Amino acid sequence: MSGNMNAALATSSLPVEPAEAGKKRWRFPAGAARAYTMVGALVLLWIIFTIVTDGIFLEARNFSNLIRQAAVTGIISVGMVMVIITGQIDLSVGSLVGLTGMAAALAQFYWHWGLVPSLLAAIVIGLMVGALQGSLTSYARIPSFIVTLGGLLVWRGVTKGISRGGTYPVEVKSFRDLGQAYLGRATGIALLAIAVAAVIVSVIHRNSMRKRHGLESWSLAGISFRIIVPSALAIGFVLALNSYAGVPVPVLILVVVALAGAFITENTLFGRYLYAIGGNPEAARFSGINLRAQVLATFCILGVLTAIAGVIYTARVGSAGPDAGTLLELDAIAACVIGGASLAGGKGTVLGACLGALFMVSLDNGMSLKNVPDFVQDIIKGGILVTAVGLDVMGKRRE
Amino acid sequence: MNGNLATRPVLLEMRNIAKSFPGVRALDGVSLDLYPGEIHALVGENGAGKSTLIKILAGVYAEYEGDIRIAADALRFSNVRESEEAGIAVVFQELSLVPDLTVGENIFLGSEPARFGMVDWNALYSKASRLLRELGLDLDPRTRTGKLGTGTQQLVEIAKALSHNARILVLDEPTAALTDAEAEGLFAILNKLCQQGIGIIYVSHRLQEVFSLSRRITVLRDGRTVGTGLTSEMDEQQVITKMVGRQVSQVFPATQRTPGEIALEARHITAEDPAVRGKLVVNDVSFTVRRGEVVGIAGLMGSGRTELLMSLFGSFPGKVTGEAFIDGQRAAIRRPADAIAHGIGFVTEDRKRSGLVLDQTILANITLASLARVSGRYVTNESREIAATRPLFDDLRIKATSLFTVAGTLSGGNQQKVVLAKWLVTQARVLFLDEPTRGIDVGAKQEIYGMIDQLAQSGLAVVMVSSELPEVLGLCDRILVLYQGRITGEFTRDTASPDAVMACATGHQAHA
Repeated sequence: MSGNMNAALATSSLPVEPAEAGKKRWRFPAGAARAYTMVGALVLLWIIFTIVTDGIFLEARNFSNLIRQAAVTGIISVGMVMVIITGQIDLSVGSLVGLTGMAAALAQFYWHWGLVPSLLAAIVIGLMVGALQGSLTSYARIPSFIVTLGGLLVWRGVTKGISRGGTYPVEVKSFRDLGQAYLGRATGIALLAIAVAAVIVSVIHRNSMRKRHGLESWSLAGISFRIIVPSALAIGFVLALNSYAGVPVPVLILVVVALAGAFITENTLFGRYLYAIGGNPEAARFSGINLRAQVLATFCILGVLTAIAGVIYTARVGSAGPDAGTLLELDAIAACVIGGASLAGGKGTVLGACLGALFMVSLDNGMSLKNVPDFVQDIIKGGILVTAVGLDVMGKRRE
Repeated sequence: MNGNLATRPVLLEMRNIAKSFPGVRALDGVSLDLYPGEIHALVGENGAGKSTLIKILAGVYAEYEGDIRIAADALRFSNVRESEEAGIAVVFQELSLVPDLTVGENIFLGSEPARFGMVDWNALYSKASRLLRELGLDLDPRTRTGKLGTGTQQLVEIAKALSHNARILVLDEPTAALTDAEAEGLFAILNKLCQQGIGIIYVSHRLQEVFSLSRRITVLRDGRTVGTGLTSEMDEQQVITKMVGRQVSQVFPATQRTPGEIALEARHITAEDPAVRGKLVVNDVSFTVRRGEVVGIAGLMGSGRTELLMSLFGSFPGKVTGEAFIDGQRAAIRRPADAIAHGIGFVTEDRKRSGLVLDQTILANITLASLARVSGRYVTNESREIAATRPLFDDLRIKATSLFTVAGTLSGGNQQKVVLAKWLVTQARVLFLDEPTRGIDVGAKQEIYGMIDQLAQSGLAVVMVSSELPEVLGLCDRILVLYQGRITGEFTRDTASPDAVMACATGHQAHA
């Protein structure tokens, strides 16, 4: 989680830059304002849960579990936010987690495939499903809502079919490690050092860039703020995780995926076109962008990420069942929306989606600790989703 | 006022109607009256105030100055229903039928005959059937409306209007989407309605129609009535003079440009309306533009100007035939990316709809069409982007704090400059400008004129579509006039006059 946050903050240069660059007084960086609001909401949630669980929530063991759980939702959310930015939706990811996780489990169970071939098989399936749903959306022009609503049923059906309703244990150790193992404490510290160094270099680099292009350079306070806050968060995370058993492997994968996702959305042509297509498809078309190929590619990325998440899920649980991943699509979509994505397209960030995922998983985890009945959990999660979007809509109306 | 109808009471009187929008006085003292059984034509350039006047009559705009009297009763409409109850029926240019409902359902939409709160389907369809017969339409009211051609839908719209027992029928450009045969059918029906004592206000750009159909003509210009008279006592030339009668102001750069080589040649461009098979919105248009030349395309709304540009740019949704040559080489342009690769830029008519991504920064908008060239092949390079856009940002004097200002927060003129900059960054050699000054204040307009001139001076070939005649006359080296998809006139700056261009634009005469 930590590295991802640093880099995403550091690279979130384009979407919203303060227009008041000319003003002398240091202002809260507007582009990061939303991210810090969400961090604030998350911290508030954690404080509440810590109080009501008498401190169990933030104990090293639970915190480590929580972050590990968040990896699956987080990885899917990174792909989902790209799809949502283009103005589309994918409701089938929960079922696809089930299908890809089951396929990998069956491969190692029946044919004794190792981790890598099983994972690759799952990824190929995810890619094919993404390509199919993407083509139906962008070339056959069937609304993605319908395509993936159908997919939700179809892939769950296929999962039940190939598993014949059974549950299959993961017997290959390296496979289980993908979901259950930890990085050594020293490795964690080393990665942390790299992340902090990257934050410092990138902030200084961006500041000199601003100077070169005649923009007001940041004050010392601004530079310090931009370095200290993300670094402190990263250090806190890694130390907290190290105080239990180290950084869980799924979390490292999420960090890598999120970094790649943040890079793609904010530093590539592909990413720039995602925002253009979602923000104004006509303007994108007149600017020579190939909308269909772009949307297709986005669905493929989500398919691959969902497959990775599916295998991690299976590895973490230690077995694959026919109902694995049910309702995960709602968590992923909620994560994106809570993280600032607009279902109308054109808005959203990978960092936001990851924080949103952490928020949703924290809710799950905290309420389970407190033994909140299942049905109440559903009601609360649904209510929070609608409230988050409602607040966003009201905010916009005031603008 | 008019001899033979003076004995009949006047049906509708509008006196000194005025209406302001923020920053614009759309109507400034318009008067119009209508007698039973007459067709009163309302003509004027785009933006003269016709639509605003009609919308006031229809009850769309509740805020206005002036009086409306119907059968001597002073009325004031604050919504559409009140206008309908007063016997006014308006058929707008964009049809308001629901394609998935039947003809009968559409006719009675919102006023379904009902018994005990349930729709009385037998009554609905028999009434609809009678209405359609009265209009001479042999049509089953249970037909799904979307299956009908545009012409028939227009007639269904009229049937819907008449279902409210309208005495006053207002038609806004009713023939714009019709074939000639469909238009003839419509005219026959309108004449029949007149014989039943209905008064018709007929808005049209097409002067031939106006002269063959109407009894009187009122000309609007700049929100005022500039004349009303019996059609039989006027000729087309007089009407045209009234429509355009204003001086071309001296806001245009008076520089002399020397055109160079031919940059773009269009041969036999023909485009078919994607919604109406067989209707050609651009019909066999050929023209050339040279480097350093500004070619204006004049024509009234619906004459095929935008469609011509879209056809050449590869963005027209319907079928397009014809050939384009860039610098003498045949260019196969099937999609905007091809056009951009061939050095064509297109500042579209509606910058909010198809020009800008409003949520994105100025920088992201300017580089959108040329990212691979000005940034990196796959990975963006912000410093290179800034280096490529900074000079334009300064040269075009875009008023914003920085390149990172969000485009949606800019004024119309500055937004237009951003769109212009987007195409200049592509290093376009041929620039299409569609209504480049629409919705922009006067100061910014002059700035844009100066820029267009400078761009042409620097060797760009410019094709400019504009509804504002003075703009076309003042800025362009040559002017092509379109009427119903065809070129009906070609002028040089010296031979062009407002009257002559308007005569071609209204189909009054052709000019080679």
